[in-house]
Amino acid sequence: MKYWRKPLDVERIKVPRGRVYVIEERCKGCNFCIEFCPVGVLAASEGFNAKGYHPPYPQNEEACTNCGLCEVICPEFAIYSLPRDGKEEEPHE
Amino acid sequence: MSGDIACAEGALSAGCRFFAGYPITPATEIAERMAERMPQLGGVYIQMEDEIASMNAILGASWGGLRAMTATSGPGFSLMMENLGLGIMTETPCVLVNVQRGGPSTGLPTLVGQGDMMQARWGTHGVYEIIALSPSSPQEFFDLTVRAFNLAEKYRTPVLVMADEVVGHMTERVTIPEEVPCFPRRKPEFPPGDRSSFPPDEDLVPPMANVGEGYHIHVTGLTHDERGYPVTDEVTQERLVRRLVEKIRGHKKDIIRLEEKGVEGAEVIVCSYGISARVGLWAVELAKREGIKAGMLKLLTVWPFPEERVREVASKVKAFVVPEINYGQIALEVERSAGGRAEVIPLNHMGGGLHEPEDILKAIRKAAR
Amino acid sequence: MSQVEKPTVIPLKHPRESLLREERLPHIWCSGCGIGTALNCFIGALEKSGLPWDKVAIVSGIGCAGRAAGYIKLDSFHTTHGRAIPFATGLRLANPELKVVIFSGDGDLIAIGGNHFIHAARRNIDMTVICVNNFNYGMTGGQVGPTTPAMAKTTTSPYGNSEHPFNLPYLAAASGAVYVARWTTLHVRRLERSLTEALLKEGFSFVEVISPCPTYFDRMNRLGEGLDMMKSYQESSEIVHGFDPRKADIDLRGKIIVGKFIDIEKPTYLDFQKEIQARVEGEPS
Repeated sequence: MKYWRKPLDVERIKVPRGRVYVIEERCKGCNFCIEFCPVGVLAASEGFNAKGYHPPYPQNEEACTNCGLCEVICPEFAIYSLPRDGKEEEPHE
Repeated sequence: MSGDIACAEGALSAGCRFFAGYPITPATEIAERMAERMPQLGGVYIQMEDEIASMNAILGASWGGLRAMTATSGPGFSLMMENLGLGIMTETPCVLVNVQRGGPSTGLPTLVGQGDMMQARWGTHGVYEIIALSPSSPQEFFDLTVRAFNLAEKYRTPVLVMADEVVGHMTERVTIPEEVPCFPRRKPEFPPGDRSSFPPDEDLVPPMANVGEGYHIHVTGLTHDERGYPVTDEVTQERLVRRLVEKIRGHKKDIIRLEEKGVEGAEVIVCSYGISARVGLWAVELAKREGIKAGMLKLLTVWPFPEERVREVASKVKAFVVPEINYGQIALEVERSAGGRAEVIPLNHMGGGLHEPEDILKAIRKAAR
Repeated sequence: MSQVEKPTVIPLKHPRESLLREERLPHIWCSGCGIGTALNCFIGALEKSGLPWDKVAIVSGIGCAGRAAGYIKLDSFHTTHGRAIPFATGLRLANPELKVVIFSGDGDLIAIGGNHFIHAARRNIDMTVICVNNFNYGMTGGQVGPTTPAMAKTTTSPYGNSEHPFNLPYLAAASGAVYVARWTTLHVRRLERSLTEALLKEGFSFVEVISPCPTYFDRMNRLGEGLDMMKSYQESSEIVHGFDPRKADIDLRGKIIVGKFIDIEKPTYLDFQKEIQARVEGEPS
């Protein structure tokens, strides 16, 4: 990350990590999340959902900082991220 | 006190604590009285930008938990029609008073008319039933306004009080009782939670949660299912609209009030409402003095129309004389209900004044022959 | 049946779902439409505002944006066309504990409901009005509206619009609004912050949200898909807080000034009411 003025505590702050969850059936393929993810985590999947759209998937999940932009820019409430603290959380079903 | 003041006082006695309106002759005195009295009682008076807004404001206030009313006349009544429909569809208790004047259009702002009776029945679009009451004196204006609030809560629907300029402006003695009957809001028995709407009770009327009670209700003017969610199809429309109609039609006995004088044994019946019923009663008395068997059927409830009673009376009398200040509106209903069993004589006045008792008497004489 | 390779485990619950009528999703809005994003930001703002959800009501009118009331798990009202504001006025005054939010579109609030809009702002009734502006009537198929830029094409201005549009922040400010902001659906963070401020502001607050309408307006004017519009906002929008709303007009393909334009204090309708109440109680009866 580039700063035009370096924050004093930049060495002490750990960049948070996140994991992205996609509710595929809600996706209408607008691609807002893919385009505007600041660290390029997402890409359109090859397959279709039931409505015929290509939902996003985290092709580069390691980069996710759990910033939540995808969650708030998504018009469909179809994507969100949660913090990942190294521990593997319960798999969602 | 004047009829308009009696109406305002009736509303306040019935617990009305929200009034939204727009100045219009001859209903303005109701708003003025409310503006003076509401702050004294901790209620809300607001003058809106027009009658469309007034009607909507009382719907909102009703969902906010207050008994709410607006009052208007001809042109304002026309503007309220759109959201009268919203009130019917969303089953919102409220009272709409129309102090009728001569129309169409701006017509006769300061003079009497009864030309909005069919508009009261059919003014908003779509399929529905409506409750409309009609007072013929300041005392009745008080009493029927109280009743309108109670019917509104009981059946969860807007109720119309169809007065007229003469009743609104005439001054007579009005007795205000210490206490008036009060039908409380039908509250849900379910505990607050995420319940968007409530199923109707046995009488087809659903309970109503106010805003802020934690139910997270959803209310829409679209055709909706029992969860309150829009479902725009034939089946849902059938189920919802049939219930909205039936909850009123099925309770006609409770809703309809008539005042009968000398109907048993009569040959000619004067059937009327509002100020015309008063002139009609005078004519009936004059006819009786002449030995004519005349009776009076005064409609305190105009809608739903008391067709059963009119039909019953029709089989025993020669004729109905129906004086009203329009070109024949309720006369058509009397004719429909009588179904040819008795002659129906409409007695029309175009507005701006009342019938002469003599004119009604002439019609009674003719009908009795 | 989904043919998607499972990218990750299936999620249980979207964090916004505590405020969504989740059983009603997916919503009716088109792919690339910004109304869902505006709603998303509003829910985020509501969470951040700390307002008690049971005391917040949302009122909508008719149109695409008007459907928002049906998706939010608050006391919610979907009223008639243009009438959300007077309905909300009654609701707000009947129960002073409530926070009332109007979420609707430009046609609903500003054309058919325009008179109610200016009068509620004039009275400084305590309410937040969120206007999603997509420059046309989407629900009925893309007709010209009160915010359609001059010369823009719609289904009822097929050769171009010969009317001037309203500049909404200017209209709101001139009518008396105490808080006026404009953002696009691209400015999600700033929009969310602005909506939080508006929710917590006493008096009439107004937030305009510029949104793509890929199905009608953007297509008719060859502006591209929803994503193209979102990208275009990066170029065309400029953040200028405190900007004079008189100069905040929007032309077709022109610059869009966004930001917080107005944030002032003045007595609300209810403040005056309290004063009047005290006056009445002080009078000998």
